[in-house]
Amino acid sequence: MIRKSFLSLLACCFAGTANADWALNMPRGITDLSVETYNIHMMVFWWCVAIGIVVFGVMIVSLFRHRKSQGVKPATFSHSTTAEVIWTIIPVVILMLIAIPVAETMIKLEDSRDPDLSIVVTAYQWKWHYKYQDEGIDFYSSLARPSLEARRKESGIDPNAVDNYLREVDRPVVVPRDAKVRLLLTSNDVVHSWYVPELAIKKDTIPGIVNEAWFKAKEVGTYRGQCAELCGKDHGYMPIVVEVVEPDAFRAWVDARKEGAARVARNQ
Amino acid sequence: MSTTVADLHDHHDDHGPAKGIGRWLFSTNHKDIGTMYLVFSLVMFFVGGAMAMVIRSELAIPGLQFVHPEFYNSMTTMHALIMIFGGVMPAFVGLANWMIPLMVGAPDMALPRMNNWSFWILPVAFSILLSTLFMPGGAPAGGWTMYPPLVLQTGDAFPYLIFAIHLMGISSIMGAINVIVTIINMRAPEMTLLKMPMFVWTWLITAYLLIAVMPVLAGAVTMLLTDQFFGTSFFLAAGGGDPVMFQHIFWFFGHPEVYIMILPAFGVVSEIIPTFSRKKLFGHDSMVYAAASIAFLSFIVWAHHMFTVGMPLSGQLFFMFATMLIAVPTGVKVFNWVATMWRGAMTFETPMLFSLAFVFLFTIGGFSGLMLAAAPADIQYHDTYFVVAHFHYVLVPGSIFAIMAAVYYWLPKWTGHMYNETLGKAHFWASTIFVNLTFFPMHFLGLAGMPRRIPDYSTQFTDFNTVASIGALGFGLSQLIFVWVIVTAWKGSKATDRVWEGAHGLEWTVPSPAPYHTFETPPKARIAGEAFE
Ligand code: HEM
Ligand SMILES: [Cu+2]
Ligand SMILES: [Cu+2]
Repeated sequence: MIRKSFLSLLACCFAGTANADWALNMPRGITDLSVETYNIHMMVFWWCVAIGIVVFGVMIVSLFRHRKSQGVKPATFSHSTTAEVIWTIIPVVILMLIAIPVAETMIKLEDSRDPDLSIVVTAYQWKWHYKYQDEGIDFYSSLARPSLEARRKESGIDPNAVDNYLREVDRPVVVPRDAKVRLLLTSNDVVHSWYVPELAIKKDTIPGIVNEAWFKAKEVGTYRGQCAELCGKDHGYMPIVVEVVEPDAFRAWVDARKEGAARVARNQ
Repeated sequence: MSTTVADLHDHHDDHGPAKGIGRWLFSTNHKDIGTMYLVFSLVMFFVGGAMAMVIRSELAIPGLQFVHPEFYNSMTTMHALIMIFGGVMPAFVGLANWMIPLMVGAPDMALPRMNNWSFWILPVAFSILLSTLFMPGGAPAGGWTMYPPLVLQTGDAFPYLIFAIHLMGISSIMGAINVIVTIINMRAPEMTLLKMPMFVWTWLITAYLLIAVMPVLAGAVTMLLTDQFFGTSFFLAAGGGDPVMFQHIFWFFGHPEVYIMILPAFGVVSEIIPTFSRKKLFGHDSMVYAAASIAFLSFIVWAHHMFTVGMPLSGQLFFMFATMLIAVPTGVKVFNWVATMWRGAMTFETPMLFSLAFVFLFTIGGFSGLMLAAAPADIQYHDTYFVVAHFHYVLVPGSIFAIMAAVYYWLPKWTGHMYNETLGKAHFWASTIFVNLTFFPMHFLGLAGMPRRIPDYSTQFTDFNTVASIGALGFGLSQLIFVWVIVTAWKGSKATDRVWEGAHGLEWTVPSPAPYHTFETPPKARIAGEAFE
């Protein structure tokens, strides 16, 4: 019985990795570092599987062979210095094998020098504000209308009928492909966290502190995330949408935004 | 064993318990106080469990069905506080009260009146905490981690939250002092430190951890209090303070706290596996050293909860390496349990089943812990359901399974009757199946990017949430079997003094049920046939 439940558990693990479905496993993402992160995740995972097979394997063999009902006499040994030294040293070696590549990635993660584009992200309860430092664009980004209506208790709207329920915003962040984008993150009130899995970025936005994160997106597309740090009642309703576009399209978007802002200013 | 019984009959004054409610209110008897702790924690498990049911009902399908987001946040916050401070910790203190004197051959805890006091503070503390549910602004909803500035937005409940935490801390510290003084001063004459049973050892280490970190928590929440009411700015950026400093202080308490909840569980399992393997615990001394190194390392890993706050690279590297290092002594423990079973003659009564599930499932939680330790990967996992899966694996089939194993193991000694083994096994299988059904899918949810502490979610997360909710309901209902087994335990067949064929240790030399007073004269262990092995 025990073996069975364990095997099914392990089967779950394998199912989780065998099909690279994003719903079961971490997304590989669209930056070099997100792929490195994914690889680290899988490397540690497979080490755990290997250790699990050995440890659980020995235990399961023991559970079947060393039972009183098999008429065995219990052995009397109660320690073995050799064994204990071995199973202290082997894990240390495995940990070093894990730690070295991981440390290399960490160094790269921190290197936000020479960005092509800087965006100041300010969190509010419960929306985001983005300010493109050199382009002179800034706007708020909050939960899109259809989700906003459906999210209410007794709204009568089926969330399955809403596109990207809770993961859609009114104004997405737009960034060019292959540009090094630096985010400067802070908060206006409580701690929030800016989290987009495909960019492998999760960085807390903290009042009084400016944090840095960076990414270089390699694929055009729309990537979704949401606030990850509990920030009060609408914490679940602070989505993030990043649109990665071709550099030309980005310039066009910047111009259109500036145009729009100027028009609004004139009309006032 | 006969010597102790004879001693009991020498003098007849003041033996039985007092009559009526006074027996419990004014009790200084370690067995009565132990029982009260255990009953209290069982009640708290059900209160916290009911809150978990609210959470899982709301999450069963997308959309808001039952509660508003504010109340949902109160539920997650209160669930955690109640389970940690009202469920797991008091349960282990209850076991310590009952068993440490019996295991070291002491007549009672060293400081019996303080023992009474440390228990009775708890119902007060939790009445205060639970009363916040009815206050304007609602119960605390800023998470059990109480990060400022958010926690400062709590309504009228705020000072009550701080006061309740202070009371819980005082209770824990007094309990810990009692454990340490009892173990250090009241052991049977021939029981040297390294001959102590593992449960006693792990509790001794736990007690030191408690004394070291509960005051830190008290300091942190007091600073929150003064920031809120007395114009200080410890954690307020506008006044020159630093919100991240709270997180450092909190986790300096918080990480040792998680080991406070698991070390006594290690002790329980280290008692049960040898009994039902009919073989001595493998590597007793290295188990002690492993527990001690875990305790030491637990003080220098706290910032692995904070890889996303923007720490300097060197800090991140240090905390990652230190965290990984903890896996080594933890591994030694698991290997030693397996080596204890190896070439034993095992039987599978309920306490053993729970202990075996502990070894399997705690190890799975350890694996996810190792994955979380890798900082870049943690940036993806942090604050998602992957973390929720991790800590529920180490806490539910970890700490809580160990508590249930301990109850089944020692219940015959407490009541003098055998519980219903068939029902016990049913409880075990139901719990084990449902606990995995509940928490295993959460790994997938987290990897797919579902944050924790949200009342509603994007529709791609629906399937696994539904599975988890079904599992949770099943797990909750399974615990009714547990209550039934305990309630009916008084009807079972008479238990022998030794209870389990392979049991060793002083607690098995006293009669079943254990008389109200035991070991009034220190046991001569060798005469009783128990060299403290
Ligand atoms: C092999 C040993 C372990 C390692 C390496 C480990 C590592 C970690 C890490 C890195 C985190 C932070 C995750 C995040 O928030 O990003 C974490 C969270 C946590 N761990 Fe463990 N852990 C281990 C064992 C345990 C044990 C034994 C317990 C308790 C019985 C435990 C309870 C928790 C809890 C409660 C949290 C989450 C706290 C919160 O954010 O609310 N862990 N663990
Ligand atoms: Cu948030
Ligand atoms: Cu920790």
